[in-house]
Amino acid sequence: MNRREALFSLGSMAAAGGLASSAKAAELHGVPAQTALSADNMPTPARRGGAFQVLTDDTDRATVKAVFDRLIPSDELGPSASEAGCLEFLDDQLAGDYGSGKALYLEGPLRPENEEAIMGSPQFLSTPRERYNTGLKALEAYAQKTDGAAFSALSPDRIDAILTDLEAGKLDLGKDVNGQAFFELMLQNVREGYLADPMYGGNKDMAGWKMIGFPGARYDYRPYVDRHDQDLSLTPVSIIPSN
Amino acid sequence: METRPKADVVICGFGWAGSTMAEELTRAGLNVVAIERGKWRDTSTDFPPAVDPDELKWHTRRNMLQPMSVETTTFRNNTGQTAAPVRNWSAYQFGWDVGGAGTHWAGMSWRFTPWDFQVATQTKERYGAGRLNELDLDFVQDWGVTYDEMETYYDRFERIAGTSGKAGNLNGQKIKGGNVFEGARKREYPTPPLKDTYWMSKYRKTVEDMGYHPFTIPAGNLSQSYVNTLGVTMGPCTYCGFCDFHGCGNFSKSSPQACILPALMRRKNFTLLTETEVLHGVKSEDGKTLTGVNCITADGTEVFQPADVVCFTAYQMDNVRLMLLSKVGTPYDPSTGEGTIGRNYNYQTCASMTGFFDDSHMNPFIGAGALGVQIDDFNGDNFDHAGLDFIGGGGIMGYSTDGRPIAHMNSLRGGAKRWGSEWKKAYARDYSTAGNIFVQGTSMPTRGNYLSLDPNYKDRHGQPLLRVTFDWAENDKKMTNWVTDKAKEIMVNAGGKDINLERQTDQSWNPYSQDSSHTIGGAVIGADPTRSALNPYLQSWDCPNLFVVGASAFPNNGGYNPTVTVGALAIRAAEAIHTEYMKNPGALVKA
Repeated sequence: MNRREALFSLGSMAAAGGLASSAKAAELHGVPAQTALSADNMPTPARRGGAFQVLTDDTDRATVKAVFDRLIPSDELGPSASEAGCLEFLDDQLAGDYGSGKALYLEGPLRPENEEAIMGSPQFLSTPRERYNTGLKALEAYAQKTDGAAFSALSPDRIDAILTDLEAGKLDLGKDVNGQAFFELMLQNVREGYLADPMYGGNKDMAGWKMIGFPGARYDYRPYVDRHDQDLSLTPVSIIPSN
Repeated sequence: METRPKADVVICGFGWAGSTMAEELTRAGLNVVAIERGKWRDTSTDFPPAVDPDELKWHTRRNMLQPMSVETTTFRNNTGQTAAPVRNWSAYQFGWDVGGAGTHWAGMSWRFTPWDFQVATQTKERYGAGRLNELDLDFVQDWGVTYDEMETYYDRFERIAGTSGKAGNLNGQKIKGGNVFEGARKREYPTPPLKDTYWMSKYRKTVEDMGYHPFTIPAGNLSQSYVNTLGVTMGPCTYCGFCDFHGCGNFSKSSPQACILPALMRRKNFTLLTETEVLHGVKSEDGKTLTGVNCITADGTEVFQPADVVCFTAYQMDNVRLMLLSKVGTPYDPSTGEGTIGRNYNYQTCASMTGFFDDSHMNPFIGAGALGVQIDDFNGDNFDHAGLDFIGGGGIMGYSTDGRPIAHMNSLRGGAKRWGSEWKKAYARDYSTAGNIFVQGTSMPTRGNYLSLDPNYKDRHGQPLLRVTFDWAENDKKMTNWVTDKAKEIMVNAGGKDINLERQTDQSWNPYSQDSSHTIGGAVIGADPTRSALNPYLQSWDCPNLFVVGASAFPNNGGYNPTVTVGALAIRAAEAIHTEYMKNPGALVKA
């Protein structure tokens, strides 16, 4: 059994045992007897190679790929976002608790102008999954209207110009989408995918970590802490080594 | 409604305050029930080293913090505005699950200075009787307990936590290499200080050359193995760099799980209820005491837990909210300045800067939550404020907390784009050459900053959210400007280039643009019942069998992280309960 299988099976054992991961109140006298890992507190690796779960629409997927690969293009410092798996990363994130906004407070009333003024940034009742759905469709509609072409067919320079205007808040994507906030969401997520542990689907071959010299999920730097101002040239490691 | 067997003491919230109190009270033989709305979480089953170094899950997605969907707060800068709810992750880091914020904290393990406990008295003595009024600081007030009275409880907590550090003031004798500005300690730290990273050694040399007094920050990250005062074994920190926002699977970070629960959980007179949320205290028929607390379990069962003594030991915000929901005391009203519940809410006044050092190898991934070198030359009242237009100050630290790659992806030399090949080049160039300085300052209370129940927004049980009304005190803005100038001189002298500097006070406060999570006050201790919710034993002036324990009790904030002071106050309150209150129930201090 390799380490990856071990982690999966420990997780499923905890799920079957179910003690600490139950959604039920408990009265504890002493430390619970279970020794298995708590399944609900373990990382859930992204599926590799399977069908997309959220980005199922071909046009949506082409649009986000076109955006992501301009936000992180392929160059001498490493692969593009899509080459590094950032689409798979995004799909997996949107399919889970992040995408459904499980942690967010989404109760009304939403008073958009008041909330933006007080909080310094726009606030939403929609989840990340919903925001990608409306945002990607608005980008495609914008390209069709202004360029008469699919967003994914635009030239790199044209996409850069659109992204620059979005970032600056100068491009209107219609009343349902705050373009600037959608840009920030995509920029955040694509770089998360490029820099998170590869088990989440992106950062393939730890390309993002190699780019900056981050050694990854290491346990012990005691042998290195005294080696001041040295290039340690540590090979990055992932929580679950990929093949 | 199910009624449980009566307890001597019920503890509401099971983080540092709750577990520390439960340990003290059960050791004295009392029957204690602790109630925690989150789940059971333990070191080996929930955050072992195999899954701890996961930035996305623990830091970016904040899986160890209280989700806003469970309960959030609302916020406004002043009473002229309508507060809005905090919908997304922000600077707040409210604890979640067993261990509370004590599981995910960084481990900075400070004692407050003697001055922090007596700002009012000492300011009047040193700068004149009218000084506070001149600075519009009439809400500044003493704690009613002094540093000297706290010393033994600080010591007890450090012995539980295993704090690493070096004394700078042993029984009045100043020791180079320690913090010579600290209050007198009776003995050395339990474990020696952590090692310097390259950046820390550079920072240390720079400030020493400038004539300041650097020392290694006292840390709940242990420098060596240690058996604590409860007989629990801890291990040495490995500088893994996944500390704050993460659990520690290595028994190296002080936490309730690593330090207290192994001893506490096996005591026969202790019971822990998990996934059970305290809704509010229940008043007796005469309204003068609480008979216990009403709770709701994760499966929706309503439960009444009766007890002789009730302790609110939740996060600072929830302690105040529970008092308001329990209708104990009089809510504070900023228009009259009267009422005490919600009064003296406050924050932590901070600034941060990053400098870049050409061709250096900072290796920022070598880190620990509390790993840093600090000077206190400009903290508290350690320098003469005559001729200055403020009181207070800040600690200035050069720190090596972490090199988490998502967290630092915008930490670039000025003007660099955040995307495209330009970002890739900039991040590759800057990641290992950045040095960081943080200014962590005092905060003084004002009349307009307070907590109350929100009239519009509710939690999942239909109870009102807590509303924060807050903006920076003028005094604290002036303090930050002055201390940050000192910090910038350090960065320049160290050789840092392209310095990014952010003074938090340059714009109105909002929860999404802050560096600190340190919320304090709202149910503060003091000697005067018209100005404080609690007496100096953290006992409610209005309801003698209620103790409210946490940073909610701080009338002002020191230039330090709050945890060790919370722990020391918790032990002191618990000791007062079992030595005094249980023998003679009633007010421990005459109003």
